[in-house]
Amino acid sequence: MSADKDKDLIRPYGDRKDDGVIQLSFVLPVPCSEKAKEAAATVAKKLGLSHVLVAAMEKAGESYSFFVVYGRTHMQLDYNAIEVPEVVHRKHGFDELNEAIRRDLGRRIVVIGACIGTDSHTTGIDAIMNMKGFAGDYGLERYPMFRAVNLGSQVEPEKLVARAKEEGADAVLVSKVVTQREVHKEDARALIDAARQQGIFDKTIFLFGGPRVDHKTALELGFDAGFGPGTKPSDVANYIYYRLLERMGRPPPPQKTAHGTQDATVPATGEKLGETL
Amino acid sequence: MAELFVDAEKIARARELARSAAKGVQAFIDRHTTVSIERTVLRLLGISGAGTRGAPLANLIVDRLRDAGVLHRGAAYWLGRALRAAPGKDPLHAVERIAAHPEKLPPLGAAEDEQLREEMRAEARAAVRELKSRIEDRKQRKRALRIGSFEGAPWKYVIVATGNIHDDVEQARAAAQQGADVIAVIRSTAQSLLDYVPHGATTEGFGGTYATQENFRIMREALDEESQKLGRYVHLTNYSSGLCMPEIAFMAAYERLDMLLNDAMYGILFRDINMQRTFCDQYFSRRICAFAEIIINTGEDNYITTADADEAAHTVIASQLINEGFARLAGMKDELIGFGHSFEIDPAREDTLLREFAMAMMVRELFPESPIKYMPPTKHKEGDIFFSHAYDVMSDLVAITTGQAIQLLGMMTEAMHNPFLMDRYVALKSASYVYRGARHLGEEIRFKPDGIVARRQREVFDQALALLEEVAKDGMMAAIGKARFGDTARRPDGGKGLEGVVEKGPEYFNPFLEILEGAA
Repeated sequence: MSADKDKDLIRPYGDRKDDGVIQLSFVLPVPCSEKAKEAAATVAKKLGLSHVLVAAMEKAGESYSFFVVYGRTHMQLDYNAIEVPEVVHRKHGFDELNEAIRRDLGRRIVVIGACIGTDSHTTGIDAIMNMKGFAGDYGLERYPMFRAVNLGSQVEPEKLVARAKEEGADAVLVSKVVTQREVHKEDARALIDAARQQGIFDKTIFLFGGPRVDHKTALELGFDAGFGPGTKPSDVANYIYYRLLERMGRPPPPQKTAHGTQDATVPATGEKLGETL
Repeated sequence: MAELFVDAEKIARARELARSAAKGVQAFIDRHTTVSIERTVLRLLGISGAGTRGAPLANLIVDRLRDAGVLHRGAAYWLGRALRAAPGKDPLHAVERIAAHPEKLPPLGAAEDEQLREEMRAEARAAVRELKSRIEDRKQRKRALRIGSFEGAPWKYVIVATGNIHDDVEQARAAAQQGADVIAVIRSTAQSLLDYVPHGATTEGFGGTYATQENFRIMREALDEESQKLGRYVHLTNYSSGLCMPEIAFMAAYERLDMLLNDAMYGILFRDINMQRTFCDQYFSRRICAFAEIIINTGEDNYITTADADEAAHTVIASQLINEGFARLAGMKDELIGFGHSFEIDPAREDTLLREFAMAMMVRELFPESPIKYMPPTKHKEGDIFFSHAYDVMSDLVAITTGQAIQLLGMMTEAMHNPFLMDRYVALKSASYVYRGARHLGEEIRFKPDGIVARRQREVFDQALALLEEVAKDGMMAAIGKARFGDTARRPDGGKGLEGVVEKGPEYFNPFLEILEGAA
């Protein structure tokens, strides 16, 4: 009994508490027919639903049918047993993040980005920095609370650091697409060395991105974080914000990385741009 | 119904300012060519293949000429010379031979030079004749079929974006069967930054397929078939934007596309493409669109997905007038210039519908002959698909009531994923309902001459006029430098693609420009 007391059992709620009602919509790649309708009901049953009602079957093209289906689930869960790590890395949406920066930092965050060394593949850096962004996710330029300076391709590490110093950059973002003979690591090390020499290493956030870059490699090279394929501008924006908060000694501190957090978008796969030439 | 509450003199003044701003840039355009324009010339002359490692021949040839510092005479001239010097050789090798040591080429005598030009002009005329016949074929097909849901209904425009052209075909067919009038094939992420047009069919694109001639052909063929079956013409559109505007315009014309996204400033502001490059490229691309009777869609909707839609409304109007100025200078007829705008005001506010009506009617009436393209909300879209459809339906209502010509039906799942088949289905079904249900609504209602709508129009137009005064005074390039559009500042020598801009020499030769400008 006492164990049950600590439980908070819940089910989806449609019309009456604990009725377990779920509404679904999906398409099956078959023309509308009684058979198709039964197939839709079977989808719901196979999902474990009972009291299945196929409320709508419509012709969505010659060989597709669109369904709206209701059913009941019998599962229940103990709400008290749901564990979610602290919300430290809940990813802010666009407006929310701008507002958070305005509130917590009271100024715009300055980010400088470039492809360093001989690399002229700006696809990655552009996707993160440019207004348009990438996969429906706005670039840093579009954030009112970011000042994003994209130096483009083939920037020497020393020059990038000098410019970062001049602009008072909070974060330096470098992208390397070319990785033959590990040249990306060489350039990355040169950047960190230059930052140390020019005295901005400790006060600036250094981020490393590219198709062959992962977080671990970036840390080994002296960066604060690494971003691989599929990274969205909003991942980078959120990371920088949390990192700055952390540096100001303000909770909540970020966990391992910001880019491992939940995100409503579909996972992106690697890009293959520029490989045809 | 679309009422305009703005003083006609102010409109005339704004139009004149925009024209003069565009003309200021046109002088620059006329003195320059670009690698993309020259590649288009070669493609028009039939250089369409790709070399080893997939590099298009047009790129290989133009790069040789640019590296040799001789592109200012025009690729057509050098192709002519190369073929004369080495008849029967393949064009790339012939050009390579002369481009290796252009200084060693003996100058042509005046007569010989003129003869070369005449030969290339004859080639160009033949190429243009072929292109024309393909365009006539497109028009013929269209004439034989029904267009749109009914007279006065916006064309229903939907996107497909699977990344595999063959899957795109499946989705496009399904959409057409559900009532779509226009299919837009979304491009692979960041294609606009590639300084070449990839070759062949795309089966593994990222975020879309590449705009390639082969992809265009595959999709058009499928839509031709579908159009025949449905008895209703299904239009095809793609993107003539980025670093290859004119090349894509040519490919689209050749493969019988009906529409193209094409904006005089979009690439500069939103893709950080160099402005000199874009201004030159947009001109030649629009010359081709004018000839091919391709409807262009301008990109003003982007301004209000960036800045606040209410605060930046005037930049939409100002930019449309500037786009009009550029398009007319490129010989485009008004009925081919589809100005873009969108339903984007924050839904959390009050009376947004009146403000959307104000804008939609103003755009409609400022450009009475234009096939206006109306975009759905995107900026304030969240994960709730149910609200998303409700929100989109409000833009359907504004579209049918104010007589918009082309309507993009919902980026229903913006910020989540590409539209699913069922999302498109519900959007098409809802739009059909709204168009039908509100078919004559616009004819029945009038707005108060001094109400919210009228005042809003006047306020926005006054701001647009002030902006245009400034642009005309400073010049386009300086105005963009001051972030007057899209909240983004760009410098004339910044951005991508400047190295592809070449000042024309006095002996510059481009037989297609001669034909398209009507001088031949």
